[in-house]
This record gives sequence, C-alpha cells and structure tokens, in this order.
Amino acid sequence: MKNLIDLEKKINSELGTKINSTLIKHNQIYVEIDKEDLIEVTLFIKTNKDTKFRQLIDITVVDYPEDTQRFKVVYLFLSHEFNQRIILSYRINENEVISSLTSIFPSANWMEREVFDMYGVNFKDHPDLRRILTDYGFEGHPLRKDFPLTGHTEVRYSEDQKKVINEPVKLEQNYRNFDYESPWEGTKYIKEQTDNNDKKN
Amino acid sequence: MTKKIKNLNLNFGPQHPAAHGVLRLILELDGEVVEKADPHIGLLHRGTEKLIENKTYMQAVPYFDRLDYVAPMNQEHAFALAIEKILNIDVPIRAQFIRVMFCEIGRILSHILNVTTQALDVGALTPSLWGFEERETLMTFYERASGSRLHANYFRAGGVHQDLPAGLETDIAKFCETFPKIINDLENLLTDNRIFKQRNVDIGIVSKEDALDYSFSGVMIRGSGVPWDLRKSQPYDCYDQLEFKIPVGKNGDCYDRYLCRIEEMKESISIIKQCLVKMEKGPIKTFDGKISPPSKKEIKQSMEALIHHFKLFTEGYRVPKDEIYTAVEAPKGEFGVYLISDGSSKPYKCKIRAPGFSHLQSMDYLIKGHMLADVPAVLGSLDIVFGEVDR
Repeated sequence: MKNLIDLEKKINSELGTKINSTLIKHNQIYVEIDKEDLIEVTLFIKTNKDTKFRQLIDITVVDYPEDTQRFKVVYLFLSHEFNQRIILSYRINENEVISSLTSIFPSANWMEREVFDMYGVNFKDHPDLRRILTDYGFEGHPLRKDFPLTGHTEVRYSEDQKKVINEPVKLEQNYRNFDYESPWEGTKYIKEQTDNNDKKN
Repeated sequence: MTKKIKNLNLNFGPQHPAAHGVLRLILELDGEVVEKADPHIGLLHRGTEKLIENKTYMQAVPYFDRLDYVAPMNQEHAFALAIEKILNIDVPIRAQFIRVMFCEIGRILSHILNVTTQALDVGALTPSLWGFEERETLMTFYERASGSRLHANYFRAGGVHQDLPAGLETDIAKFCETFPKIINDLENLLTDNRIFKQRNVDIGIVSKEDALDYSFSGVMIRGSGVPWDLRKSQPYDCYDQLEFKIPVGKNGDCYDRYLCRIEEMKESISIIKQCLVKMEKGPIKTFDGKISPPSKKEIKQSMEALIHHFKLFTEGYRVPKDEIYTAVEAPKGEFGVYLISDGSSKPYKCKIRAPGFSHLQSMDYLIKGHMLADVPAVLGSLDIVFGEVDR
C-alpha cells in the first residue's frame, strides 16, 4: 500500500474481526489484536502483496503491574517495499503462554528468549527457550517493574571457598530516588491526601 | 572396521582476542568443519534499559554512549530524535548539521575499527596500526566538541549540548582532505591482497531472502544486494538536504561487506564536507526554556532562567504520554529506540533495538559447514560490539 491510510483500510477490511483497533501516529501504524490471532495476522502482513512486512524488527513487552492484564506484548515490523512500519500489540495476563513467531521469522528466536529472560513470558513451540542476557543460574525477571533496580543478589569471589559466590545485596547506601515533582503542580502523595480528605468531608 | 568418531565441542571465548569482546561461542566440530554454533551472550549485560527507566530523559543520554562504544553519538541521535518527535520540537538547522556531521564521524570511527580488525583476524597487522592513528584524530574532534573522547554525551533533545569550539570546523575540513589517502592506503593493503581475498571471498554468504528473514540491517543487508538505508528511505534531521550514494554489494559474502564499508567511509567524508559548507552560524539548541537549559549569562540576569535551570537539572523535563519507535542508520545497522512515556520526567519504558543482536543470532546459520578458521572472519564481518548486543 502506498500510504498508511490505505494500509489501515486494507488491514481493517481483510482481517476484520481480528483487529481490535488501529491508529496512525508519528508516521507509523499501531494495531491492537487478540493473543489468539497473532500467527494469522503476522502471516497475512508478511505474505500479502500489498503489505509485505518482510522484516521483524523487534519483540518486546511493557509491564503495567496495576492493570488487570499485566503485560503488553509489542511486535515491530518493517516493510522495505512500501517503506512502512507497523506496531502490533496485545495484552496478556501474568502467567499466560503465547505463541512463538520462530516458524515465520527465524530472527524471533533470540528476541523471544530476551522477552522470556527479562519479563518471564513463556512461549509455546519455541525451539530453545533459555535465558539469554542474564547470568547462568539467575533468578527473577529484571525488567519487571517490581524487580528492584539494585537487584537481589551480588556476586563476589570468595577467598575461603575459592569460587565465585552469590550473596544478597548489601549496600552502604540505598539507591536514592528523589521526588522532584513540582510542589506548585501538586505532588502525587499530597494530591492523593487532599483528594481523600475532600471525599471524607 | 568402522571407527566411531565423536564431535568435538570447542569453547571459543569469552577471552579470545578474535571474539571482539566477551562472546562465548560453543562450537560443535566435526574434524575442522563447524556443525553448530551456539553463541552465549550477556557477559556485558548492564541493565541499560532498567537504568534508563529510573533516570530522567537528560540523564539517560550517557547510557547510549555505552552501547556501541565505537560510534557513541549515533545512538544518542536515535534517543534524541524519539524525544523530539514526542515533544514535537524543531531542531535549529545548525544543530542538525552538527549532529549529522558527528554521526558520520562516528560511522568512520566504527568502519575503520571494523575493517582493520577484520583484517587483523585474518592475519594482517598493518591496517589496524594505520587505521587507529586516524581514529585517534577523529576522537580528538569528539573531545573538542563534547569534552570526552568516547562517551560524548553531546546530543540533547532539541539540539546539541554546546557549539563547536573555534577552529574545529577548519580542522575537520583538513582531515577530510587527508583521510581519503589513508583509505587508499588501506585499500592497497587489502582489496587486492591474495590472502585477504582467500579468507573472505565466498565466506559467510547471505542471500537476499535470508537477510530479510534474519532481521539484518545496515551493511549486512546492503552487502547482500538490498538497497536499503534509513538515511535515504526515512531521512531524519538534514539528511534529505545532502547528496550521497548508498554502496550495495552483490554476493553477500564477507568480502562484499568489507567493500561496502570502505565505500561508505568515502561517502561519509563527502557528507562531512557538505555539512561543513552548509553549516551557518546560528543557535545550536531549541530556545524552549522548558526543555533546554539557559545560558550561564541568562542565569545571572533572569530569575525565570534560574528557575528553569534548577528544574531541568532536578526534575528534568516532562514528556507527554506517548509511544514511539524511532530508528537511525547506525554504522552497524538499524539502531532503534522504542520509547513509552507516561507524562512524567522519566521514560516508562525504553527498548533498545541493537543491530548487532540480530546479526549475532544468525551466527549458527552463517558458519554451519564452514571451517573453524572461518569463524573469526565471519565474526569480523558481522561487526559485533558487545556493548550494544548485551545492553
């Protein structure tokens, strides 16, 4: 498709019920789908002669711990032919297993491993789902919002045991996260307090 | 009589000089033929994305220098562009030329390192000695503009940190005159060199289809004959005002990728020259006091400037809720930033798309059936830097 508006129309008419919403912003098209339709939608945009999104740029996850469906899985595609980018996304719960794209794009292999490593999202039919960026024997999923920035364990060489050991993190000074929000615009905690007081009164 | 032969598992790295950093490659060998390669990465993982989520937008910039540390400013560029698009601010034209010029300097920095170390991997020592001298000159340009040779921290949303010092432009122009001779010298050493060709021609061939399927970008995809360069196809900053050519390979082997890099360096020199000609005096960052800090002079005279300065360096500027993917043509390929802002002064999520990650992933596909001695040659032509692969 020559332009994004045509592409949006095309996707909406051909895939109809599988598309939850489309949006054009920043010269890219954002498409929301359901978890079950991933393979079908990806195959369509990859093979259709009017879309030709032949390249998978990246897969990632966004963590929203407060939401009922915690994770948003995001796929970025690029079409060289039409010079367009598409951002495909869907929401899942914490323990849901999602389909792997490795059969369609071999490059999805490491990207999915990274998502598994960083967020603990599991993939069905993935040929080799191991941790990739973190250390051998690492526990936890670092990019989740509830994982502390300083981590849980630290590594050092133990002179007594003559090997590298893991220990709980001990910091001389905790990581300092100052609240710089403008008091004129009302910091969050004060706002919440006043809101609550208003409700009580 | 039949003899049972067991395949040999070989551990290549993480401290091997030809592993280009901390790559641990587990090779399964049948005699001298590689049957399988399993790269283990993450030995340089520093949690950049997590750290960025905990810093303000301005504090996040230095982390980008530490990704691909041979071409730092190209990464900063992607991040600056992402913020600029969300905030919808215009960058002064002089700042655009400065940024593009330093990005091209970064490209030369990266390509010199890659071409010469690739030669080193296959047995030629001299190119790296000649090349590194030029890299040193280029890094002094970085230092004069930003204050540091490597980790520049120079680009800002809305422009660059400070204007070029007096005399830098003429010195860069002088460099542009002498450098093509150095490229020629390197080419004399390598391009027709029998050993270099024996080691690189028809090694690690990537077909067009596979280059797309494996998410290749940059020289890796152009070497295979796909004319794709983000500077041309999705121009950012002032690339649309400049004239340059995109070298494209034919066979998709290590040798073609080497040729592409050499040609790209020549194009970069021409881009830098054009930038120097077109660059006019003017502002180097946006005047919006909510985004870029005021000058020292203003701070001394105006109360409002002082408040802006204080707020910018404590709270930082706020970025409205949005979601964006921006990519630049870094020397190694498509470097992208997928940024989610939530209206506060810190990014909610910042996914970094590093080209090296998908290139290294294809190691198994590239090396299968090749000899053990080809591993460093293929690895060299992939142009891997672990800062960006491991993040």
